[in-house]
Amino acid sequence: MNLTLFLLALFDGIAYAALVFIVAVGLTLIFGVMRILNVAHGSLYAMGAYLTASLTTFVLAAGLPPIFAFPCMLVSAILIGVVLGGPLEWLLLRRIYHKPEVLQLLVTFAIFMILEDVQRLIWGTQPIFQSTALQLMGNVRAFSVNYTVYQLILLPIVAITLLIGLRFFLRRTVAGKLILATTEDREAAQAIGIDADKVFLLTFIVGAGLAGLGGALASPTTSILPGIGADMIVLSFAVVATAGLGQIEGAALTALLIGLGRSFAVYVWPETQVLVPYLIMVAVLLVRPEGLFGSPAARKI
Amino acid sequence: MQVLLTLALAKGIAVMGITVLLRSGQVSFGHALFFAIAAYGGAFTLMLMPGADLIVVFLLGLIAATLSGVLVGLFVARYRFIFFAMLNLAFSMIFWSILEKFYHYTGGADGMRLPRPTVLWIEMERGTYELFMFYLSLAMAVGLGWFSMRWLESPTGQLFRTIKTNETRLQYLGMSPQRVMMNGYVLSAMLCGTGGILMGLVQGVVTPEYAYWIRSGEMVFIAVLGGAGSVPGALVGAAIYEIVRTYASAFAGDVWQMVLGIFLLIIILFAPGGIAGIYNTLMDRIAGTKERGE
Amino acid sequence: MTHLLETKGLEIRFGGVVAADNISLQIDAGKNLAIIGPNGAGKTTFLNICTGWLKPSKGKVYFEGRDVTPLSPRQITRRGVARAFQIPQLFTEHTALENLLIAAAARDQLRNPIRALKDTRQRAEMMNLLDMINCTDVAHRQVDELSEGQRKLIDIAVALALKPKLLLMDEPTSGVASSEKFGVMEILVRALAEAEVTAVFVEHDMGIVEKYADEVAVWNMGKIEMRGSPAEVLEHPDVIRDVIGEVV
Repeated sequence: MNLTLFLLALFDGIAYAALVFIVAVGLTLIFGVMRILNVAHGSLYAMGAYLTASLTTFVLAAGLPPIFAFPCMLVSAILIGVVLGGPLEWLLLRRIYHKPEVLQLLVTFAIFMILEDVQRLIWGTQPIFQSTALQLMGNVRAFSVNYTVYQLILLPIVAITLLIGLRFFLRRTVAGKLILATTEDREAAQAIGIDADKVFLLTFIVGAGLAGLGGALASPTTSILPGIGADMIVLSFAVVATAGLGQIEGAALTALLIGLGRSFAVYVWPETQVLVPYLIMVAVLLVRPEGLFGSPAARKI
Repeated sequence: MQVLLTLALAKGIAVMGITVLLRSGQVSFGHALFFAIAAYGGAFTLMLMPGADLIVVFLLGLIAATLSGVLVGLFVARYRFIFFAMLNLAFSMIFWSILEKFYHYTGGADGMRLPRPTVLWIEMERGTYELFMFYLSLAMAVGLGWFSMRWLESPTGQLFRTIKTNETRLQYLGMSPQRVMMNGYVLSAMLCGTGGILMGLVQGVVTPEYAYWIRSGEMVFIAVLGGAGSVPGALVGAAIYEIVRTYASAFAGDVWQMVLGIFLLIIILFAPGGIAGIYNTLMDRIAGTKERGE
Repeated sequence: MTHLLETKGLEIRFGGVVAADNISLQIDAGKNLAIIGPNGAGKTTFLNICTGWLKPSKGKVYFEGRDVTPLSPRQITRRGVARAFQIPQLFTEHTALENLLIAAAARDQLRNPIRALKDTRQRAEMMNLLDMINCTDVAHRQVDELSEGQRKLIDIAVALALKPKLLLMDEPTSGVASSEKFGVMEILVRALAEAEVTAVFVEHDMGIVEKYADEVAVWNMGKIEMRGSPAEVLEHPDVIRDVIGEVV
């Protein structure tokens, strides 16, 4: 492997890791606060991507300049969070917090099944391609290779901003501290007057919005077609599980680990690129069942 | 109709695997893995040993599913709930992408053919073969259904069911929860494998779709529809499911997953007992009215 | 002479709190030991360490002279140490009898995949055990429908079903109505004697301790403050001040 290929693999890995992190952090945030694994998270990602592509195409067709592709992403992410995520929590998830974990899993799985078909109904099965944003930002020459500014600079910046922003939000702001307090002890939080329902709703909207944002940001870099939601939920679960469920900073590191592993596999043994993330996960979980950064839950008896 | 019922029975056997798991409070979103491994195992057998008999194909397919059940089980048996469900999903997706990517060996998305084998070294016409497969599936469904029900009542099965309620006590009985889980996991993989190899032999072709999450989801759906944990419910659920799907595909083919999802939500939120639960309630009511009548 | 259970220099702390500080204790067969002391003194932690649920940062646990410190609860149970819990640990979707039968199946490693659990030959023995604790009338009731006191008894019976050599009980009479406490203890002590099981029990009720313990160990702040016969310990002024004074 020469330097050019090495750099390409490195940049691919970083760009990919940034996207996966944005999606995975939403998944792990929801789990951390609500103790629910949203299997439909991948569908929210896919719908964010579809919605962005459609909005962008529509906006461009309306004669607006290409720069409007970026606000379209933000709008899509917010729509996914508020219009889709909000009602999901409010109408469905709220009913199952006290039910057995199996039922919680089944409910989000059912939502996943529904949303996968909703996508196909709205956007069909043909691949959709909308790369205006990617082209608009052009290329940058880094060392000896050309790479898109969008993937090499914008995506990592968004991911890092999110990581720092979330850290700051959870540790330094009142709303963030309320969320953390609810995470640690829901009943105690309610006893001191925290509206846990509102915290859960807000968390789910933000988490769903992050899935949507991941999809929105991914949309210019790839063709959007049925099945990407299923791939993404498994992949982001792999990231989140490798890190330890609920670990935000850990998710950033494992996203990088898995992103790089995958992109190097592409250049070394292409058939295995889809396998590498899971091999990493299995290897980590064999040694540390609770994930790299998770701590084993001690049950009180 | 007869082929349809054969397929329903094959699927029902696979669903029994999910049903068994549900009795320990666990759900797997990836048991299509074993379904597919058995069918591909059968296909490879027929490719490498042309003219192999049904018994050989069946057994080798089942062995493949059992072995992979042991291997995957060794890894997932220590996990519960979210991790259990999702790790199973991950394994099935890995297998699915292997099937797709290594198309030189697996035929990729086109899958592999399972040419009609001899039955006890007797060549059969298509019609006779299908009739035979129907009775074989029926016998298997009844036999394995009976066995699963007995197993769930047996000491091993009862210990397996305690995973749902108290693993601490299980440890303090001197048992390893992993090993207890493993018993049921391998049984469930074998049941799914039996369903898969039967399905492959009836359809004559196996594709990566056998391992896809939609297939796993379908199995979970039928298990919940039939009544979470009810073995006869799994078979009845599979029959109803296949029949409805055949007639509904004309106008709901594009939104089939959606229909399933909505029904799944309705069952979970409003009739968590599934068909078996509704049946029991009805029986109780009938018994109740009779008692009052006397 | 080897002791049934012996600990040497056990130490464990949670955060800043020392739950066990250099605990060395010998328990001999046939002598029921009561552990008393204020809440948070480390009594339950001691039971958790002895059964392998928690690992001490220092020290060793020996059962019948063999080091069992690194073993898991499962392995220690197999060697003959059973445990009953402060909050009963039962299979809530099974009946009382089934809970016992499952314990017996685990003990005898039953493997027949066809014969139903309820038809195993251990059934008579388990019904007998239920009879010993006066619970035959609830044999076929699901345990989550039973009263707290009944569940405590079933929990202890499950432990006894394992035919242990040593039984560790965490507050066997908590949750039992005070009028019934002595009755329950009477049943228990008889069952223990019949099964030839040595018991260690954490207890807050000094009346019970006085009547049913052969020996008493007083726990305070992660240390054993005193050990002796009920008569000498319960009348000691330090114990009255530190322990009994607080409880009564």
